Amino acid sequence: MSLATEVPVLPAVAAYPGVEGRLFRAGGREDLAAYRATGGYAVVEDVERLLDQVDEAGVRGRGGAAFPIARKIRTVRDGRGVPVAVANGEEGEPASVKDRWLLRTRPHLVLDGLRLASLMVGADEVHVYVSDPGSAESVRAAVQELGGAGVWDAQVEVTVVEPTYVAGEETAAVQALNGGPALPTDKPPRPFEEGVKGRPTLVNNVETLANLPLVQRLGATGYRELGTVASTGTFLLTLSGCAATGLYEVPFGVTLTEVLSWLGEDPAQVDGVLMGGYFAGVLGRQVLDASLEYDAIKALHSGLGCGAVGVLSSGTCAVEVSAAVMAYFARENAGQCGSCFNGTAAMSAVLEALRDHRAEAADVERLTDWSVRLRGRGACGTLDGATNVAAAVLREFPDAVTTHLDGTCATCAGNEGQPLSRAPFAVALPAA
Amino acid sequence: MKIKLDRTKCDGFGFCAKYAPETFDLDEWGYVSLIGAGNVAPEHEDGVRRALLDCPVHAITELHTHAEETAAR
Ligand SMILES: Cc1cc2nc3c(=O)[nH]c(=O)nc-3n(C[C@H](O)[C@H](O)[C@H](O)COP(=O)(O)O)c2cc1C
Ligand code: SF4
Ligand code: SF4
Repeated sequence: MSLATEVPVLPAVAAYPGVEGRLFRAGGREDLAAYRATGGYAVVEDVERLLDQVDEAGVRGRGGAAFPIARKIRTVRDGRGVPVAVANGEEGEPASVKDRWLLRTRPHLVLDGLRLASLMVGADEVHVYVSDPGSAESVRAAVQELGGAGVWDAQVEVTVVEPTYVAGEETAAVQALNGGPALPTDKPPRPFEEGVKGRPTLVNNVETLANLPLVQRLGATGYRELGTVASTGTFLLTLSGCAATGLYEVPFGVTLTEVLSWLGEDPAQVDGVLMGGYFAGVLGRQVLDASLEYDAIKALHSGLGCGAVGVLSSGTCAVEVSAAVMAYFARENAGQCGSCFNGTAAMSAVLEALRDHRAEAADVERLTDWSVRLRGRGACGTLDGATNVAAAVLREFPDAVTTHLDGTCATCAGNEGQPLSRAPFAVALPAA
Repeated sequence: MKIKLDRTKCDGFGFCAKYAPETFDLDEWGYVSLIGAGNVAPEHEDGVRRALLDCPVHAITELHTHAEETAAR
């Protein structure tokens, strides 16, 4: 894939063999009647018991940090003040489409999850936070369908912001819901301590929430029938960079080789991936046989993040991809923290020079140094994502770095000076 | 004493790192991050207080009780 290809419109959505009746559903938007026919919006007899089940099921956050939701619910529930619950469907990550797909096609699954989360946390105010107009429309219609249906009578506030990379960060969401700009704030406080209206706020990714009704229906043991011990259930994998670009529900623990083979792709043609969206940077061929679960990917110094995987097909240069991702961070950071706007610009300049066969060993040394020392220096994780991208290409593709220093990268020869303005592996949904 | 730093406000004037280098760490562009979690040892409190008062953009705040923390924001 060349970086110059157009943003592909998501062509395929499917579930891996053996995955049934969870997040994936064929066909168009699921309305209230269809969702209720699957057992949705089931009465909760015992909230405490449900929370224990969610804990036993081991559900972890799908927004990027893989934090156990049961633990977050308990912390927020026990905080100071009446909690607020927020479904985060902003999805600023260019390489991911899962959240918008869920909201557009399965709004009731997400709303049911939000209902269960707000019950468990004791929230009296619930929000759905999005940037995609199609998602907003779908959720608003679902809320209307719920009116008078007698299954959930909460007032669900739908808030739509401009789509940006940082708008989905949880403090940006909180600031936006408090009437401010959708920009991150420095910590402390974190939303679980003080969020919307200063109250303890549960912010969860919409895919995380969509798993709660599954736990209610399947029980902890049934839920755990798919996945691994520490990464339970399934996840929505946004795959891009190959002919099989699309959205796939797969069980945690499959390998990329298995997924690619299932989709008719040849793993031998893969040099590596861009892992976890833009947050974790590139990862070499070792990823092919790794178990796709949080801890195994972390052990490779990378991260599964939001489940977006961009395939570096043979003939894609990891240096060019990393330079393009860094250029994106240099453009799309919120421009608030000096270490971030200076650091991403500086790292971007070095990676662009490297791509263009202009960099020297001393530049790469500075990049190495920044990739370590700038970590943790921003109010939000964007700068950490940028340091990951720099560190990853240096660690995973040392040969590509060398050929760029030598001026001999065959893939990039002749591309010098090409703008890095396109977001690599960006995937889009059809216009709503 | 316990403090917090708002890096979205910091304008990189560097006063704080001059008065309390053990607490504020400058990057190469002059922007700071806290060293540690904002717990200031008694022997460093004077320097940190000076930094707090002199920071032109009020990026540094002392954390007292919960109520004061909220009001300070
Ligand atoms: C720069 C940045 C952008 C983020 N964007 C999103 C996003 O678009 N959607 C999302 O759910 N989480 C996003 N997150 C993670 C959220 O801050 C938060 O951790 C998440 O919504 C919590 O939900 P979970 O525990 O269910 O994963 C982002 C984090 C960072 C640092
Ligand atoms: S770290 Fe970067 S993206 Fe995050 S708030 Fe600061 S300037 Fe914005
Ligand atoms: S004194 Fe204030 S503005 Fe200056 S570097 Fe310190 S925190 Fe930033």
